[in-house]
Amino acid sequence: MKRLHGIQLPQRKHAEARKIETIPLPKLVRIPMLMHLGTPCTPIVTVGEQVCVGQKIGAPADQNAVPIHASVSGTVRAITEFTNVNGSKVPCVEIESDGLQTLYPGCKAPVLETREQFVQAVRESGCVGLGGAGFPTFRKLNEPQKISMLIVNGAECEPYLTGDSRQIIENSGDILGGIHLVMQFLNIKECKIGIESTRPAALKQLAYAVAAEENITVCPLPPVYPQGAEKVLIYHTSARIVPEDKMPADLGILVMNISTLAFLYQYSRTGIPLVERVVTVDGNAVKKPCNLRVPIGTPQHDLLKYADCNFDKVKKLLSGGPMMGITLYSDELPVLKQQNGLLALTRVSHSEPTACIRCGRCMNACPMRLMPMELSRAYHKKDAEMLRTLRLSLCMNCGCCTYVCPAKRPLAEENQLAKQFLKEVES
Amino acid sequence: MNLLQASASPHERTPLRTGHIMGLVLLALLPAAVHGCFSFGLQAMFVLLATTGSAVLFECAARLIFRRPQTILDGSAAVTGLLVGLNLPPTIPVWQAVIGSFAAIVVVKQMFGGLGQNFANPAIVGRIVLMISFPSAMTAWTGAGTDAVSSATPLVSGNAEYWDLFLGNTAGCIGESCAAALLLGGIFLCIWRVITPVIPLSYLGSFALFTWLSGNDPLYQVLSGGLMLGSIFMATDYVTSPITPFGKLIFGIGCGGLTFLLRQFSGYPEGVSFAILLMNLLTPYIDRFTRIKPFGAVTGEKEASNE
Ligand code: SF4
Ligand code: SF4
Repeated sequence: MKRLHGIQLPQRKHAEARKIETIPLPKLVRIPMLMHLGTPCTPIVTVGEQVCVGQKIGAPADQNAVPIHASVSGTVRAITEFTNVNGSKVPCVEIESDGLQTLYPGCKAPVLETREQFVQAVRESGCVGLGGAGFPTFRKLNEPQKISMLIVNGAECEPYLTGDSRQIIENSGDILGGIHLVMQFLNIKECKIGIESTRPAALKQLAYAVAAEENITVCPLPPVYPQGAEKVLIYHTSARIVPEDKMPADLGILVMNISTLAFLYQYSRTGIPLVERVVTVDGNAVKKPCNLRVPIGTPQHDLLKYADCNFDKVKKLLSGGPMMGITLYSDELPVLKQQNGLLALTRVSHSEPTACIRCGRCMNACPMRLMPMELSRAYHKKDAEMLRTLRLSLCMNCGCCTYVCPAKRPLAEENQLAKQFLKEVES
Repeated sequence: MNLLQASASPHERTPLRTGHIMGLVLLALLPAAVHGCFSFGLQAMFVLLATTGSAVLFECAARLIFRRPQTILDGSAAVTGLLVGLNLPPTIPVWQAVIGSFAAIVVVKQMFGGLGQNFANPAIVGRIVLMISFPSAMTAWTGAGTDAVSSATPLVSGNAEYWDLFLGNTAGCIGESCAAALLLGGIFLCIWRVITPVIPLSYLGSFALFTWLSGNDPLYQVLSGGLMLGSIFMATDYVTSPITPFGKLIFGIGCGGLTFLLRQFSGYPEGVSFAILLMNLLTPYIDRFTRIKPFGAVTGEKEASNE
């Protein structure tokens, strides 16, 4: 099978050998009412109210959203406004911790007998894809199409990030439990776990865990970025191609992140909703790279402090990895459900773009086999027809093209702008 | 710690820059240039220095006049200048050589918007301009070695030894005589992934095939004249050759076929420059018809695709 293009990146997995640690409880958490793809939740607590860990504080506004829960016990200090990455403003519940972490009495292991109950429970858990995109997990499980294969995304292709790796090494039992739950309730007969071949510890642990499983196989993948992108992963594990006008579910495929599955299993046992997550803290301003389990809403500052960050040197803060992460404008910002990494970088590599020399490197790096230099040209000419012909819609903003361009052209960014432009033209 | 730098992803870039690529091309041209200087003497060295130096100066001046940011550091002007020089006979008056650089840099490259915008290979046009303007100076050949005796190029005389052609003990342009030096440069470029071998191989291969079919000696024809220099260094110019592998193949075969026709049937014994120029002009069309099919794209629409 021909492999899709991609790029070799320096791995920089400094935190790979470090156990997942818990940091001192934050004094104050700020929990925005939007941490999933969809509409924001409505706060259902009032200022001054006492809340417990796992208590629902945000109710979904429509049937696609997932609820949001308190991550610490304490007092609601204020309901403020939070500015999202895309500039929209949502309410934000600020809770002052009482340091007790009292569990909400309503948190009980859910009764799981039917698929409907399972989907409903997953929704109530507030679970979103922990890999970064923040798509509500219950919606994936609720697709009407018949799913025949579960593909587990264990590929952590971004440099630095090691949270999924650690989950495999430390919690492979929970991951397997999650896989069984999904396979059982969706009646799936086959499961493949994709993971890079360059992570021997995790690979060994997984092989050991699935040794007795007939329907679950581990697929070692080459360490090429973006191995973890959905379409790339599907192609490399199952050789299926997702056509541009179809979803993986149309092919009977369900892709789930490995940490999400581990959480689902833990939830099925304890009934504690998604109130904490694992974040890899690294970057060259950080002296002690580590994997931290933190309550949702913890200020980034607390994580950096724990990782012994040289605050004066930090020029750039990233939520996520260096390829697809987003810049954070302040270390006061809270950890969201989707955040898998926190990178503090001392250098801002910015170079002025120069003329495209038509070397073709961007095209040869693009996993989707697009022609970024032609897309860029069409965008500058505002040629909507050409953008469509060149399949702009297939661009997944993985950044390979920008990474390799010797002329330092912001190709991936331009594709995002071009998508915006197409939307405007079409409306 | 507030208002940190915000920017779009990705936040990491490869260290490789345009300037590095041009530097590698210059390095790859070095063996041919050194060979030219040794076999044709000081005069050849002056020509190379003059074309390269003046190309950089012209680039600098043109950018100043057009009020565009300076680009001499990207090295593309130096590459063009050196290629112009390597394509000239060693005996050409230096002022004529400088005109070649002027045509290449100012007229072909900068007047069309600079690097990446030119429709034809600047060095090729520089050479063609000189060939048309100063036909006698462009065909006054001296043999290799210090005692400059005027002689015919092997392409015209047709009586050189293979070995001499390969090592460059023949008359000709400064950079084109030594096939070994050019091959060395070409392999270097392929190893460093600056170029893929598709264009040189399809160019040389198709040309050799046509020559053989017409009953001529393919090896002799491949080794003589500007074919090696042209196929390895001029036809592979990023800007003026197709981007996709299939496009490159068509381009190479087109160059090979045209070179064969021109060498056989035209007044000029040398067909390489015109062949590449013609294919340069066709490049946008080749590009359009050899677009690759995106992963998962649903066709059934009119556009052509391959792979
Ligand atoms: S990598 Fe950059 S310079 Fe090369 S073709 Fe793509 S856009 Fe142009
Ligand atoms: S960002 Fe888009 S165009 Fe660039 S490599 Fe990724 S998918 Fe291809």
